[in-house]
Amino acid sequence: MADEKKLCLSGSGITKVFGIGRQKTVAVDHVDFNFYEGEIISIVGESGSGKTTLAKMLLGLISSTEGDIYFLGQKRDISSQKKKQEYWKNIQAIFQDPFSSYNIFNKIDSVLLDCIHMRGGRKLPYAKKVELMSEACSFVNLKFEELTNKYPFELSGGQMQRLMIARIFLLKPKILLADEPTSMIDACSRATILDMLMQLRDETGMTLIFITHDIGLAYFVSDSVYIMEHGKFVESGTADEVILHPKEVYTQRLINDVPKIYEEWDLSTV
Amino acid sequence: MKHIIRQVFHSGKFVVGFCIFVTILLVVIIYPLFITDSPLAILGQGTFFPPGIYVSTFDSINSPTTYTLDLNDAAAVRIANKLSSDDRLAIKDWLLVAGIPEDQIDITDTKKLLDQWSSNYDPKKNIPGMTNAKRNYFVRLDNSLKGLLSAEGAIIATKNPETGILEQTGIVNQSDYVNINQVASVRWLPLGTDNFGRDVLNELVKATVVSLQIGFVAGIIATLIGLTLGLLAGYIGGIADDVIMFITNLFTVIPSFVLLILISFSIGQEQRGAFTIAVVIGFTSWVWTARAVRSQVVSLRNRDHVNLSKLSGHSIVHIILTDILPYIASYVIMALILQISSGILAEAGLSILGLGPRTTDVPTLGLMMNWAMIYQAQILGKWWAYFPVLLTIALITFSMNLMNTGLDQVFNPALRD
Amino acid sequence: MANVMLEVKELTTKYITRFGEDVYAVDHVSLKVEEGKALGIAGESGCGKSTLALSLMGYYFAPLHYTSGEIIIDGRNISGMNPDEVRKSILGKEIAYIPQAAMNALNPTRKIIHFIEDVIQEHELYITKKDIYDRARKLFETLGLPAEVLQKYPVELSGGMKQRTVIAISVLLLPKVLIADEPSSALDVTSQKMVIKMLRQLMETGLISSLIFITHELPLLYNVTDDIMVMYAGQIVEKANSKEAVFDPIHPYAKGLMGSIIVPEKGLRDVKLTAIPGVPPNLKRPPAGCRFAERCKYVQPECKVHSVDLRELEGGRTYRCIFSEEQLRKAYQNG
Ligand SMILES: Nc1ncnc2c1ncn2[C@@H]1O[C@H](COP(=O)(O)OP(=O)(O)OP(=O)(O)O)[C@@H](O)[C@H]1O
Ligand SMILES: Nc1ncnc2c1ncn2[C@@H]1O[C@H](COP(=O)(O)OP(=O)(O)O)[C@@H](O)[C@H]1O
Ligand code: SF4
Ligand SMILES: [Mg+2]
Ligand SMILES: [Mg+2]
Repeated sequence: MADEKKLCLSGSGITKVFGIGRQKTVAVDHVDFNFYEGEIISIVGESGSGKTTLAKMLLGLISSTEGDIYFLGQKRDISSQKKKQEYWKNIQAIFQDPFSSYNIFNKIDSVLLDCIHMRGGRKLPYAKKVELMSEACSFVNLKFEELTNKYPFELSGGQMQRLMIARIFLLKPKILLADEPTSMIDACSRATILDMLMQLRDETGMTLIFITHDIGLAYFVSDSVYIMEHGKFVESGTADEVILHPKEVYTQRLINDVPKIYEEWDLSTV
Repeated sequence: MKHIIRQVFHSGKFVVGFCIFVTILLVVIIYPLFITDSPLAILGQGTFFPPGIYVSTFDSINSPTTYTLDLNDAAAVRIANKLSSDDRLAIKDWLLVAGIPEDQIDITDTKKLLDQWSSNYDPKKNIPGMTNAKRNYFVRLDNSLKGLLSAEGAIIATKNPETGILEQTGIVNQSDYVNINQVASVRWLPLGTDNFGRDVLNELVKATVVSLQIGFVAGIIATLIGLTLGLLAGYIGGIADDVIMFITNLFTVIPSFVLLILISFSIGQEQRGAFTIAVVIGFTSWVWTARAVRSQVVSLRNRDHVNLSKLSGHSIVHIILTDILPYIASYVIMALILQISSGILAEAGLSILGLGPRTTDVPTLGLMMNWAMIYQAQILGKWWAYFPVLLTIALITFSMNLMNTGLDQVFNPALRD
Repeated sequence: MANVMLEVKELTTKYITRFGEDVYAVDHVSLKVEEGKALGIAGESGCGKSTLALSLMGYYFAPLHYTSGEIIIDGRNISGMNPDEVRKSILGKEIAYIPQAAMNALNPTRKIIHFIEDVIQEHELYITKKDIYDRARKLFETLGLPAEVLQKYPVELSGGMKQRTVIAISVLLLPKVLIADEPSSALDVTSQKMVIKMLRQLMETGLISSLIFITHELPLLYNVTDDIMVMYAGQIVEKANSKEAVFDPIHPYAKGLMGSIIVPEKGLRDVKLTAIPGVPPNLKRPPAGCRFAERCKYVQPECKVHSVDLRELEGGRTYRCIFSEEQLRKAYQNG
């Protein structure tokens, strides 16, 4: 079993320092990780613990101050714009705030067309493109005909996040990094989004890195969990290990902080 | 786009500013179509003719028809007009000496004053302490008043070319009138003439056009430079940012107006055309735009939609053009409007200091101010030489600032009501 | 029977949009909150929770308009009162409201104590700054907030602290009823818990008599409120005590909402989330029959014909469906 698992993304000593001198903040502090192909990994931590910063380094959107990232066993090389574009065919993201994730001047069609073009479909006849886009939309329960000529901000938060998933459906990357994709939308749409993400993963077998502050959510979706506190991974392991038998005080606190309904919720701990 | 434009025109402030501005524009476009005189043509022999309608005296005497109008108050108006306030005060002095109580003398009531004068004036009366000059003055005053009160007309005489003797050829009675429309030469100078004797209104219209052009050229140059540098510094960051910010800071430390003065001065009077001045203003006033654009771009650069665009494989140029520029477009337009109005002000400031465009080709609002000041229009009370210019500058900048705040209300949701 | 602090009868309010269309976002809503009780309002985004909260204060401004119904606060009928009077004598004193995202609306250039001065001086003209400060400090201490916060600017506070400060400011005038609209939704779990603790504290210390708590997170409601009201498309679809509402919902929509609960407890990973397909109807043109019909698993042709009335069960529990309780329970058992 163990040797079957192939390393997909790994890193050692990844560090990110913002600012210099007295304004220096260490957002991510020497973290090591091994993410395996096809796994669902959760990164859990409270606000400001450095989750988004780590995500941006993994995506290659910002450079790390220290440490190396390995992609498919090889040191990641994104030194040129071309190499970056190549890398981004393999790794994609869904961001926290759907309302700021879209360019408000672009219509929905162009968001989806970009994905087709990125997959080399620039020369396809328009009818074929429409077919692809419709397929992606129907995967996330949206109707493409109703979306053409609309702007993303005319959709609800839940629909925007679903459109994000439709994007991923078209791009079919090896790794999807979802940074709190459900924290800005209501509980009802959250179930829908999670459902679709899981379904997409089952269909494509991609690696899913799921970032959240809600350890309950992490437990629900993931195979392995990394707990992040002040830029460091303080505990990691399989979801059952970490959440049912937490070793660290911080992990226990995170678990305590999630509202309970089946047992007494201890409010005295904050 | 249509929607935004509609919203912009819903903003009261913008509409008011826009109306003022368009009115000014229309005036300066339409006026030269009717009045084709050269704006720098010198009409008046002398300085600062007051605003009004100038009627050729010669032509009115020779006007084809004369009309007789018996107007009751014509004489009174004529006398009132002739009697200066100094004369009135002198009369009052006399009357006081003659023993009329002060409360019975009203120097604004011409008729009563004259009555009192004629019944009390006595040239032989000796007033202690009165100088000879003063006495003569009163005699002259009395004579001229008598002339005024006479009902005789004025005789027109021409020289007989053969004999060289003056012969009466006509008489202009006090009740004679000409119709101004029948007088061959009449010139309306709504704003009078300036120190050179040029028609101020005509000059003002041309100056407004030139100043607006200077403003636009300066504003566009400043905005383009500021935008480009701001975008580069903000988006690329790193060394590009450091270098650009270093230059920007240099420019910030030296106040741009001082720089402007230095450059203008070193160019020299002869080389300074209106266009050169506009370019110089443009090149010294981009700093503020560059800083503002940069800070906007820095915050935009970290937004998720830019990240998403990168992940979609777009090039830097594509990202700047589609993911950054549209977001700051409204802002840049507002900056442009401000730059234009401050360009106009900068030109005025320079010209007042005598560092504006050379004075021989075209007038500008600043040059007009400069001339008015050199010839001390403000001290002499020749308001028409500078006040309309000030008003025009104020109206242009005011309307542009109004448009700007109006736009701000539309584009900046936080200010929307 | 306990004293009723807030009673609402058949309240209907509407938005008039820029294009002149009517949107009935609160449609014949009735509710009652007794002294010492907390009422929770649940429902997905856009179902009218915030609008209801705004309407409850009796203070209307465009585009929101009062249409019909009554609001009675502690025995005093405030519907039809003139807006100025409502603002002077009701808001803040009788009923206080914390809008959604209130914490992001604080003016960043003013210290917390200045907001407090504004609030108090509006009602007590001759109070000194020193008295205000003492009062604020005492309140903050009771609520477990450090007094230094008073001298800080909003940007210097973390999200959780900002939200708790906003809540503290809103109870300065000791309102009888506090309405909190999604006070914890933008926060991480830890800050969220602190906010919840504070709301409970407010009730326990008697600073407020009754609470209306709006959120889409059912586990939070369950931990704070006595009763839960589920809204859908501007209407109440179910009202029950918290336990019943969470563990034993009757209405198909309430049932669906409960299916979206995620809590980190053993066995969770095997639970299948029951997402409700589709989207809520457009309130400009609400459907004629049951508003949930488009998305309901148990829909019958007759559901779409007439509007469905609330049914009342023993013990005051209500729900809005053509089926009886037994029929629905049977349907749920059969999946
Ligand atoms: N561009 C930046 N410049 C300076 N500091 C930053 C920057 N981005 C993040 N930080 C700091 O790094 C730390 C980690 O931030 P990060 O956004 O990664 O947190 P997070 O875990 O994603 O939080 P949240 O749950 O609120 O999204 C914080 O202290 C933050 O203030
Ligand atoms: N200012 C407004 N003008 C018109 N319609 C509005 C306005 N605000 C909200 N609505 C509509 O009223 C309904 C209820 O909205 P809201 O009370 O904000 O829901 P919730 O708080 O449950 O998310 C929605 O259909 C929404 O589109
Ligand atoms: S009335 Fe019909 S459609 Fe509405 S909830 Fe009941 S079963 Fe579903
Ligand atoms: Mg984050
Ligand atoms: Mg709401």
